[in-house]
Amino acid sequence: MTGHRLRQALASLASVPVTLFGLVLVTFLIGRAMPIDPVIAIAGDHAPPDVIARVRLEMGLDQPLPVQFWIYLRNLLHGDLGHSVMTSRAVTEDIARFFPATLELATTAMIVAVLLGVPLGVVAAWRQGSRFDHVVRVFSLAGQSVPVFVLGLVCLLVFYAKLGIAPGTGQLDVAYEGLVPHITGMLVLDAALDGDWDEFWDAAAHLVQPAAVLAYFSMAYITRMTRAFMIEALSGEYIVTARAKGLSASRILWRHAFGNITVRLVTVLALAYAGLLEGAVITETVFSWPGIGLYLTGSLLNADMNAVLGATLVIGLVYLVLNLLSDLAYSLLDPRVR
Amino acid sequence: MSAFTTVLSRDWLLSETPASRAQAAWVRRYRGWLQFRANGLAMVGLATVAVMIVASLAAPLLAWQNPSAQDLAGRLAWPSAAHWFGTDELGRDIFSRILYGGRITLGMVVAVVALVAPIGLAVGSVAGYLGGIVDRVLMRVTDVFLAFPRLVLALAFVAALKPGITSAIIAIALTAWPPYARLARAETMTVRNTDFIAAVRLAGASAPRIILRHIVPLCLSSVIVRVTLDMSGIILTAAALGFLGMGAQPPMPEWGTMIAASRAYILEQWWVPTIPGVAIFAVSLAFNLLGDGMRDVLDPRQR
Repeated sequence: MTGHRLRQALASLASVPVTLFGLVLVTFLIGRAMPIDPVIAIAGDHAPPDVIARVRLEMGLDQPLPVQFWIYLRNLLHGDLGHSVMTSRAVTEDIARFFPATLELATTAMIVAVLLGVPLGVVAAWRQGSRFDHVVRVFSLAGQSVPVFVLGLVCLLVFYAKLGIAPGTGQLDVAYEGLVPHITGMLVLDAALDGDWDEFWDAAAHLVQPAAVLAYFSMAYITRMTRAFMIEALSGEYIVTARAKGLSASRILWRHAFGNITVRLVTVLALAYAGLLEGAVITETVFSWPGIGLYLTGSLLNADMNAVLGATLVIGLVYLVLNLLSDLAYSLLDPRVR
Repeated sequence: MSAFTTVLSRDWLLSETPASRAQAAWVRRYRGWLQFRANGLAMVGLATVAVMIVASLAAPLLAWQNPSAQDLAGRLAWPSAAHWFGTDELGRDIFSRILYGGRITLGMVVAVVALVAPIGLAVGSVAGYLGGIVDRVLMRVTDVFLAFPRLVLALAFVAALKPGITSAIIAIALTAWPPYARLARAETMTVRNTDFIAAVRLAGASAPRIILRHIVPLCLSSVIVRVTLDMSGIILTAAALGFLGMGAQPPMPEWGTMIAASRAYILEQWWVPTIPGVAIFAVSLAFNLLGDGMRDVLDPRQR
């Protein structure tokens, strides 16, 4: 590995603390700008004045803003995001409980999106300008244009209500509720580990619709990027050479052209995965999927500040890590980055 | 021949030897238009966007029913001659509400773009032109805002402000400007060291003048493409905020809000929440098709 590339990778790592600090600062400021009085949120509407005064003091709200930020930062480093008014548990505990469901949903969606999106993009690029290419283009533009919540509702209408071939909302049928042991928090996996196949199939069936809706959303992006990269790769002179050598079409396509875009594709996939987090917020709301997105929107409607900020911060963190991985993959793996 | 017909003639527009700078510019634009026109999908997008703009502006003329007049006896009605798209959960005419909703969506999009494009251009071109510490600081700030998924940050901002259209516009704008800053910075970096900028600088032009008069105009075409492609993202975010109860508030006929209000009827009176959904989809797809076609014309590098 050349020193230059290592330096570049280190540079993108070095920028993380600054971005992270900004992330925390923005979340903190949003929290302080909220129209809800955090003291009343904790002490209750009808608390006597001396209780309110005491809580205000305990929370350090009489301190100047920078000191308050320092307290917030210190608590954060101790893993303390405060308590949720809605669930009356620690926000970190809540997030640990809700996050696996989002991970399960987003990962499944990602796998589906890659398995469909990449081949579609490659073939569309190979047959650029053909009817197939046009269909793929419209199909993926449609995926970028359809509101996730509308697609979710329509899927429920068609597959659940009209055709009756898919289960309704939630992660599991009511009959199995509470029967799956909590191992990873990902129900399909837990049911499989538990060896209960009835539960497994029920959980898997519940996963299909939200995962498909979410997958379409990111597949559109993956297909478009794959197509664009492939078209560029296929115009390279080494492809002409490969053709002149009489190599088979599939070998040129997959070995020569596709082999050259894999690194850039990995960076796109990391970004697409990060984008799934955003789609998950809406998908979870439509399908009552008990993930971090449902937690976030539920807390928003209940004006549960600590929960909103905690969830925002955690999502921001995951997003940051995925972006970083994308940067690192690019600067460390691609020999063309100088 | 009058000046008017001269401009309209194809020969003048396709001239290989333009007689003036204005003519050269028009030749370039006309060629771009010809190329754009050959793209059928992009033309569909352009037509749909045009229809939407006209329909929204003319909503009071086209919608012959009051979008907020309730008729509880005739609620959740199937589309009919009296109510083209049926009626909603309070018996209001959905067709009229869709038309008025288009005004809200269009208004939000225009407001967001009006805030975002200048901010992004300013931050990006200043950072790119001045470089050094200014560049580093501005790009760090940009990175922080890029570090949140757009919808999540917008949700948190709206919660901090107060659910409503104005907050939604500000929140979306706050989350939408960073990509413009990056784009403008990248464009600026490519022209910063060119000879003509050096010549302008030698002629004594100040940094603000160079940025405003010479660099910003060069960034515009890629910013315009980006804006068009971003439209659908802005529309979807605005609708999602409305759907989650954090954007436009009922009884406003905003499309996302309409879906949220009638969501419970999806299984029985499915058209009530589906029609606004189709409206969002159609407009957002139209902007994407339009943007795609414009990118092919204005930005041949990214084809």
